[in-house]
Amino acid sequence: MPIRFEVNGKQVTVEVEPRLTLADCLRQQLRLTGTHIGCDHGVCGACTVLVDGDAVRACLMLAVQAEGSKVVTVEGLSNDDGLTPLQKSFRKHHALQCGFCTPGFITTAHALLSEEPDCDADRIRDVLSGNICRCTGYISIVEAVLDARAAYKSNGGKP
Amino acid sequence: MKNTFIGSPVERREDLRFLRGRGQYVDDLAPEGLLYAVILRSSVAHGRIVSVDTKAALKIPGVHAVITANDMPGGPPIIPMRLQPLPEFKPFEQPVIASTKVRYVGEPLAVVLAKSVAIGEDALEAIEVEIESLPAVADWHVAAKNKNILFESQGTNRSLVFEARKGDADVIFASAPYVRREKMRTGRHYGLTLEPRGVMAEWDAARGRLTVSGAAKVPFFNRRILAKQINLPEDSIDMVENDVGGGYGARGEFYPEDFLIPFAARHVNRPVKWIEDRRENLMAMNHARETEAELEVACASDGTLLAIRGEIHTDMGAYMRTNGAVGARNVAQFLSGPYRVPHIKIDSSLWMTNKTPVGTYRGPGRFESSFYIERMLDMIAGDLGIDRVELRRRNLVTAAEQPYSIATIQPTNATDQYDSGDYRATLDRVLKEINWPEVSKLQGKLIGEKYHGLGVACFVEGGAAGPKETARLELNDDGTVSVFLGTSSVGQGVETVFAQIAADALEWPMERIRHVHHGSTSYVSDGYGAYHSRSTVMGGSAVLEATNHFQAAIREAGAKRLKCEAAAVKIDPDNVSGPDGQSFPLKELAGLTAEGAFLNKKHTYSYGAHAVHVTVDPKIGRIEIIDYVLVQDVGRAVNPLTLRGQMIGSLVQGLGGAVLEHLQYDEDGQFLTASLADYLLPTASDFPNLRCVILEDYPSPINPLSVKGAGEGGIVAAGGAIANAVANALQSFGVEPRQLPLTPTYIWELVQAGRQKQAAE
Amino acid sequence: MKLPQFEYACPTTLHDAVALLAARAGDAKALAGGQSLMPMMAFRIAQPALLVDLRKLPGLREIKVSGDGVRLGAMVRWRDIEDDARLASAHPLLKAAIAHVAHYQIRNRGTVGGSLAHADPAAELPGIALTCEAEIAVMGKGGARTIKATDFFLGALTTALEADEIITELRLPPWPQERAKSRRWGFQEFARRRGDFAMAGVAAFYDLDNSNKAMNTHIGVIGIGDRPHRLPAVEAMLNGRAIDDASIERVAAATSAAVEPQDDIHASAAYRRALVGTLVERALTSAAA
Repeated sequence: MPIRFEVNGKQVTVEVEPRLTLADCLRQQLRLTGTHIGCDHGVCGACTVLVDGDAVRACLMLAVQAEGSKVVTVEGLSNDDGLTPLQKSFRKHHALQCGFCTPGFITTAHALLSEEPDCDADRIRDVLSGNICRCTGYISIVEAVLDARAAYKSNGGKP
Repeated sequence: MKNTFIGSPVERREDLRFLRGRGQYVDDLAPEGLLYAVILRSSVAHGRIVSVDTKAALKIPGVHAVITANDMPGGPPIIPMRLQPLPEFKPFEQPVIASTKVRYVGEPLAVVLAKSVAIGEDALEAIEVEIESLPAVADWHVAAKNKNILFESQGTNRSLVFEARKGDADVIFASAPYVRREKMRTGRHYGLTLEPRGVMAEWDAARGRLTVSGAAKVPFFNRRILAKQINLPEDSIDMVENDVGGGYGARGEFYPEDFLIPFAARHVNRPVKWIEDRRENLMAMNHARETEAELEVACASDGTLLAIRGEIHTDMGAYMRTNGAVGARNVAQFLSGPYRVPHIKIDSSLWMTNKTPVGTYRGPGRFESSFYIERMLDMIAGDLGIDRVELRRRNLVTAAEQPYSIATIQPTNATDQYDSGDYRATLDRVLKEINWPEVSKLQGKLIGEKYHGLGVACFVEGGAAGPKETARLELNDDGTVSVFLGTSSVGQGVETVFAQIAADALEWPMERIRHVHHGSTSYVSDGYGAYHSRSTVMGGSAVLEATNHFQAAIREAGAKRLKCEAAAVKIDPDNVSGPDGQSFPLKELAGLTAEGAFLNKKHTYSYGAHAVHVTVDPKIGRIEIIDYVLVQDVGRAVNPLTLRGQMIGSLVQGLGGAVLEHLQYDEDGQFLTASLADYLLPTASDFPNLRCVILEDYPSPINPLSVKGAGEGGIVAAGGAIANAVANALQSFGVEPRQLPLTPTYIWELVQAGRQKQAAE
Repeated sequence: MKLPQFEYACPTTLHDAVALLAARAGDAKALAGGQSLMPMMAFRIAQPALLVDLRKLPGLREIKVSGDGVRLGAMVRWRDIEDDARLASAHPLLKAAIAHVAHYQIRNRGTVGGSLAHADPAAELPGIALTCEAEIAVMGKGGARTIKATDFFLGALTTALEADEIITELRLPPWPQERAKSRRWGFQEFARRRGDFAMAGVAAFYDLDNSNKAMNTHIGVIGIGDRPHRLPAVEAMLNGRAIDDASIERVAAATSAAVEPQDDIHASAAYRRALVGTLVERALTSAAA
């Protein structure tokens, strides 16, 4: 069935089977391969995208459920010219190694910092506990998100 | 210009694509005409295959083909071992697909090729499989009865016994003043990568060429196996490494799918992609770690270690896989850890069971053996009334004793020696960092609902497995240079680290190292890969060699053009000049290339110590880490930023194995932990208080960079350190953990047993 | 782990949604947030022929706070409960329990109705509904009815919902406001990791009478057995008594004796038995504090 929604600021219409998840729709139909599938059963967080501003697991949502929504993926949180403050902070703190979980952490951290730019380390750990990283041990990720708060604070929730 | 990129926390080049969602992993590839492979796996742990009927599956619209063992003339090929390929193991090696028997839940039975993964999975449900069940061999104890046998022709479930020998342990034990005996075990866990495995194969029938994407770790070796199995010349196969979402020892070994997918692509003459799903990843990727040990340690009354003796049993799972013997060998060879043990006699048995086969996981055998020796040291200290730190200090190998020889392994006659270092220095440092004199006042104290405890453990980490690694430099049109490597990336950051090494050696700015290409078989003539903490040591030294040859080649070319002696040619980042000031732009030599290789028969040994302060809630069995410090001397840190990433990252993996991760089976060999809700990985809130300290006091004497492998230090001693801390916290109950993981149930049981014993006394 | 095939419908009225479910006689499932159903389908444990998406149904997303208690629309998300400042006083026990539910991303999609219908024995909301004697309002082809929480949870992943019925609202009885200090409560659970299903959990509340003795005691447990349940014998031990260390200790022991826990891969039955006693002890201690 055809569905229409907004992805990274652009309206798209795609023809999908009901059983296609939003994660597969983004990756296969729209070729937005920055959204990764690490478990396909709602545990690892690698497929996290923003739907109407909320961080959600794209593997636990049907593409048809996104009809009429605004979806933002890691590509939509990136610029061509350089890194955003959040991305810079991840790089500075070496908050990624293999990079597979990274898009999910970026989208989740962005949602958090947009709403709660004053969050503390405990809140960050609580929120990020829905994303699995197998490489870093998380210490550097928490540091990176803490460090990126300033950029969101100074700009009223926008980095 | 003298560069100091080596030693600087250079931010990674890879990050620019990963952070923007522009990495390219194998699942991101989707060529025209692609078919998706989905694998039917056995749901029976042990049985004889009666039939696999694919007729109904083939009728499903969108299903293109179903491949079984019957499609392979001459039967399914067998996957040979890569490390320790002993003749004894041959009969136990794994066929790429089951044809007569299944031996574990998850063993491939058929491959469906379909228009989509979803349709492929629909087809799995339509394949009718009849298997006559046999009694399952669910652990090594059952295996050792040799009643039900996985490989009947062998008459035994034991594929081998590794013997670790040094001195004459039996003589020492006959007259030792003190002996402690213990039985302990470590749980089954594995190097779960967040990106599941994946293979995509494209067959070019006209040119007879096969391209295999998704290669990792050891692409050259895997190409050799595949070429033989699929009957193609090696140079007709390109193994392509894409971005790789984690390795940890488990990814990149030759698995059944590494044959099945290329075979399928050739069979149907279409590109075929298989992406492992998480459920199959849990039951198909190499398992690791499950061992049981019965050990005796003999000491002098002052705590001097005299001898270790005993037996270790490894649950190997159903087949001997490519590197499956490494853990069982290491657990025996490295049982003495960083300690001076003059007499050793360990028999390490490899038992075949009806479980997923094992392979290596970061720190193979070392994590297990460290848990054993570190636990025993604490128990011995208690028995002898010696401070446990002092006991370790007395027994650590000293700098004066280096290089220090450890036990020899039979039947491979493998000897090994530690290369350099002052192990006491890292112990002293870790105690200082955690403020041991102060926090040790809390040992065993109950504050609120929790007991406080401290643990300490020391380790060595082997690295730099030989024999050889290769690198090549090529000058580009714009005067930049590209580096090509035989080693591969599993996500550690090799593009940055090798650019640092090359830029320092050439004395050029980093930007002039345009690309670092790695992992694919087309880049260099030969390569060995990323395992055994070897990439930086071996690949880095090869880059150094290659830059020497590269500069020599420029001088030679320059000498010809400038008509002077090669030795008189000067190279700067832009120009090549002669003694009389005549010069030409370097980029005019574009296309110039030089290869370098580094050969090595010795291992590097970095070393260090862990210290941890925990609390334990005895009523619910919860462990919380208050502070954890890891100190490691790595000889020389090429990039402290990425090194810290290796240290903390491996530490959290170690803590996962010590506290959370546990692959479980029932007595019928049914797999009980087939989701990430069942197999528990550490998350951001589990281990928040971890620190690490990098030391560079003892550069490695055996390579030109002076570096030592350092990817495993965090994982190796984590189990021992945390278990010691738990014992220390719960000393008032007489708790001595003897197994991992330290689950709430297990801790609570130990406390209960302690309470009951006290009540009885 | 791709989903099996199904048909999809997205009705705009409750009436149509019920009719769609009714027409499939048990072979259709309502889809709310999907946070439990989707994983079940990914593992092909659930293979409904039709999914009826409730997202366009009006009037199910409201949280109503009144003298009648707290009413949570079936499509209210965990996130909405977290964000609703009124609930801190209107139902602190609910608020405390929901803080333990799953992870950030799940909390943005998971719903009240979905959790109740899924009926995981370790889930927090069914435990709260049961402990607080809530009612679950449902709509079916025969019209609306309410089901008492005690009658709703029939076993692991099994409820009293008929195949054509859709949950519309959870109705929690009023939490005393005027004598807020006399209502004492505690919630305790222990999971292996943050956001995991608990190995066991306890929700408890009681009211203090004029002589500071407990009355109206409610103690519910989750993660023990095949459904959330109350511990009437243990509650009776507390009613009419002062809550002090001695009574708490006795009650904790009685709790362990009263429950019938199960073994699973995360915890042994014996451990769970002890754990639930400890959690009761801690819940009551924090309630009394």
